[in-house]
Amino acid sequence: MRFRVNGLDYDLNPEADRLLVDLLREGFGLTGTKRGCEDGSCGACTVLVEGEPRHACLTLARRVSGKEITTIEGVSPGRLSHLQRSLVDSGGLQCGFCAPGMILTAVALLRRGKPTRDEIREAISGNFCRCTGYAKIIEAIERAAEEGPTP
Amino acid sequence: MTKVVGARVPLVDGPAKATGKALYAADLVRPGMLHGAIARSGESHARILSIDLWDAMKEPGVAGIITGSLYPRRFGVLPITRDETMLAVDKVRYRGEGIAAVAATSRVAAERAARRVKVEYERLPEYADPEESAGPVAEPIHAGTEGSTNLQKEVRQEFGNVEEEFRRAAHIVSVRGKFPGVTHAALEPHATLAEWGANGRLTVWSSTQVPHYLHRALAEVFDLPAHQIRVVKPTVGGGFGGKGDPMPHEMVAAALSRETGHPVQIVLSREEVFLLNHGRHPTRNTLRIAADAEGHLRAIDLDALIDGGAASSFGTVTTYYNGVLSVGPYDVPAFRYRGRRVYTNRPTSGAMRAHGSVNTRYSMEVALDMLAEEIGVDPTELRLRNFQAPFSTTVNQFRITSNSAVRCLEAARDRSGWRSKFRKMPLGRGIGVGCGFFISGSNSPIHFTPRFPQSTVHLKLDMDGGVTVHSGASDIGQGSDTVLTQIVAEVLGLEPGQVHVAATDTDTAPVDLGSYSSRVTFMMGNAGRKAAEAMLETLRTAAGEISGRSPDSFRAVDGVLASDEGGGVKVPFLDAVHRAMEHRGALQSSGSYESPKIGGSFKGAKAGTSPAYSYAAYIAEVSVDLDLGAIHVEKVWAGFDCGRPINPLLVEGQIEGSIHMGLGQLLGEEMRYRGTRVMNSSLLDYGTLSAVDMPEVECLLVGEADPEGPFGAKEAGEGPLPPVLPAVANAVYDAVGIRFTELPLSPDRVWRALRERERKGGLQKPPSPGGS
Repeated sequence: MRFRVNGLDYDLNPEADRLLVDLLREGFGLTGTKRGCEDGSCGACTVLVEGEPRHACLTLARRVSGKEITTIEGVSPGRLSHLQRSLVDSGGLQCGFCAPGMILTAVALLRRGKPTRDEIREAISGNFCRCTGYAKIIEAIERAAEEGPTP
Repeated sequence: MTKVVGARVPLVDGPAKATGKALYAADLVRPGMLHGAIARSGESHARILSIDLWDAMKEPGVAGIITGSLYPRRFGVLPITRDETMLAVDKVRYRGEGIAAVAATSRVAAERAARRVKVEYERLPEYADPEESAGPVAEPIHAGTEGSTNLQKEVRQEFGNVEEEFRRAAHIVSVRGKFPGVTHAALEPHATLAEWGANGRLTVWSSTQVPHYLHRALAEVFDLPAHQIRVVKPTVGGGFGGKGDPMPHEMVAAALSRETGHPVQIVLSREEVFLLNHGRHPTRNTLRIAADAEGHLRAIDLDALIDGGAASSFGTVTTYYNGVLSVGPYDVPAFRYRGRRVYTNRPTSGAMRAHGSVNTRYSMEVALDMLAEEIGVDPTELRLRNFQAPFSTTVNQFRITSNSAVRCLEAARDRSGWRSKFRKMPLGRGIGVGCGFFISGSNSPIHFTPRFPQSTVHLKLDMDGGVTVHSGASDIGQGSDTVLTQIVAEVLGLEPGQVHVAATDTDTAPVDLGSYSSRVTFMMGNAGRKAAEAMLETLRTAAGEISGRSPDSFRAVDGVLASDEGGGVKVPFLDAVHRAMEHRGALQSSGSYESPKIGGSFKGAKAGTSPAYSYAAYIAEVSVDLDLGAIHVEKVWAGFDCGRPINPLLVEGQIEGSIHMGLGQLLGEEMRYRGTRVMNSSLLDYGTLSAVDMPEVECLLVGEADPEGPFGAKEAGEGPLPPVLPAVANAVYDAVGIRFTELPLSPDRVWRALRERERKGGLQKPPSPGGS
């Protein structure tokens, strides 16, 4: 079975009940995708499947074989995107455990155009952060949106 | 003037975190690694009659199984209350306690085997009610408690003449508060990887706030010399107190590695994290305050009953803190406290951000609001009359140094437009105030006391002029590595990029008491500054040798050592480094911090003493949905005194994050129980606030430099939390005239109170204080 992750092909036959988050982390060594809650409530496992945010902890791996999957490792290999830079510079991450999921949610949001502050809040309301109180994350996404649509 | 200290320097590990490259304990893999899982008790209080491992051992992939009787040595974060074992021995004390542990070739195989462990129990009476646990019980949860009760700790303190003050008081106000437990809910579930090497040395990578406490506990549990153990802290995904204790699963991973000869990793599920808990204690308190006719506080009389759950954890400290942290930020001439912490058969409570101070602070600040109303004075004015003076001593002999509480309150009041809003907005809109203070680290460390420094930092300077910093202080997301980088860079006149803080590793990091009690910036910061200054002395001598100027005339700035002597000279930093290295190689230096000799000499006098205290005054504006009972917090103005901030960006992050956590506790978070059983052990059911629930926060950093803080800084990690709860509750009172003394202020509770008030004569704004 072939999986296309961050533009690379991986061949592996996961068990029928294998979750995408486990395949990415344990199968492919892409540990940037985090396990936070196991029930889809925290968003730490968010990845993009065909450009849309998905909970990798609620997605059976086999269901996304052949589809374009983007994890945090594939957002901007080798350098920081301006969204990532903005998140760091604005203090939008502390412990960093939510950052991969938060960034992928924001990538999908920013690709749809320049969001309002309320649209940002709404978009990231499924990504739980226990450290920042969200203010600086929202500010970081706003700043990144100023710089253009392809974060 | 400083250049790097005081600047908004982003986290030094930010890029690693933003790219997914930062490695947390669950991300680590070792060759041959097995996965561990823990079989947990379904009973809350029961004697273990037998454990049948036969079916579990037959599961495919199982490499080893252990039970508690193999490793019965007790541990606990406080040396005086070691009452935990890695797995239950003879009996279980809460639903979720470990019974047996399995190592297998995959996580799934380990979990499957753990489910097949069969246990035969004899049920014992379950204790869920702290009142019941405080009296004689049929079957004490732990042996050795006083008079066959479940009382774990009782504190009685009295200072000044409390009875006399209450007799003479012009005003007496009392509040009975009831607070459910809340939990840290750090996003990273606890994880540990343990590997027993062929040479008999144990290495443990763990998501811990205090590597050196874990190090010490492992040495005790496995009866090993500490130098045979290495603890490494990878990136930690938040702690908030929940990773401060040495935890059972950390011991279990090490034991399984010893049994199987393989590295073993244990990653707790979210449900296990909830059952491990160690969060804020469910508490009932009764607080009475006495005041004179002008509203000057004369006495506090406080009683707290604290539900500790199944083990002690930090609970003895919690019991003290519930009392002694009420002697600030106001001057109080008399103070009496009885605090009791009892065991129950619920998951253990422990230290959580703003440890021991939140529930008392709530009752205190609500009582002050009631007092202001009774006297007819504006509640901000009442507080200004009562703030303790800078450089003073409290009735229980806490030493107070810098204190900008007045500036905090004045800033918040001015920015919020308080005077045009208080009691003046329409029904359903309100504004309220709450204040607080918090320790910059405990003056009296738990371990390694009192002859050793609280923090030590080592520096190594190599040929290229880069500085490696070794510290055991443990960045858990708050940014302590960044703060340390700034301090070292500032002293040596370098860019932050030239300074690298090595991850905490007990093989290389000097002993440090880790990340709890808001001690790190103050204590590690001072140690780091001294280490850097010691290095600077060496470089000044070298610069003097090169230039012929006196070493003392040099200052380090912008990558040079500059002297004004003899018409002025600049020696490049690297030239000084190379000169100093001649015939000796890499330069090393060390600095340490020892807390001052302060506090009284009575029993419990050390609890709550600190070299410095942060101060806070918050004002919150709310609207209350009169139909639905939902509280919408519009904005919080956060006046905060952390001395001189080393990094305002990170301080703001601490304030905003604290407000998130404090509002969560106020508005909805709750460990819900049916008897001893946790009913909401998932993030979905527990209900933290999301991005759409958060108000705007305006941080007002108005503190003045503290004389003993590193570059004048004090703590900012915990003090920002407590004021927000009463500020909002007092704002709700301003909005609808209803006092809430039981948390959380969830829409159902508020809705019921609104409907009841309507039935009893109608909702209306409370009266305005006369003359304000």
